[in-house]
Amino acid sequence: MTKADIIERVYETVGGFSKKEAAEIVETVFQIMKQSLTTNRKIKISGFGNFVVREKKERMGRNPHTNQPIVIGARHVLNFKPSQVLKNALNAEDGN
Amino acid sequence: MTKSELIDAVAAQTNVTKGRAEMVVNCIFDSMTEALKNGEGIEIRGLGSFTVRQYKPYHGRNPRTGEPVNVPSKRLPFFKVGKELKEMINAIDAPDDPKDNP
Repeated sequence: MTKADIIERVYETVGGFSKKEAAEIVETVFQIMKQSLTTNRKIKISGFGNFVVREKKERMGRNPHTNQPIVIGARHVLNFKPSQVLKNALNAEDGN
Repeated sequence: MTKSELIDAVAAQTNVTKGRAEMVVNCIFDSMTEALKNGEGIEIRGLGSFTVRQYKPYHGRNPRTGEPVNVPSKRLPFFKVGKELKEMINAIDAPDDPKDNP
């Protein structure tokens, strides 16, 4: 599934949008999510899951190829924790 | 940000009503859930991709009681952050606000 498939679904299911408008609003949703993650660092979508920005401290690593020790700098990473509802949906007996 | 705050932000930035913004946001996550249910991956350019990973059954232990438990095989969604978002997030330079990450 790609963004184009999601746009198609919004166009068909929600109705009242031209294809262009459907594309624009889907784009806006993802833009807001990206912006919010950089400023608020957390998005909670009930029934789907949580996206959380986590801070990683500087640590020592090793280049697996050369075995040379290297410093892995402090950085931020994004974690996704699926909600119980989504996990259950993926493991339903009938596969649906 | 919660789903309802996302809906409010979408309504504020576009000329659609909150009710319609809600339908759009729900439709997006419903169609994503459905794709994952069918074992299909999702790729949102700039945001990231979701894949379904199959985990084998294993014998675990209840960490509290030490009692052995059988964990059945399961499917879990896995999210990999996209290049653009990864760079945006890595560019955050202020330290974490502890109340955001309890």
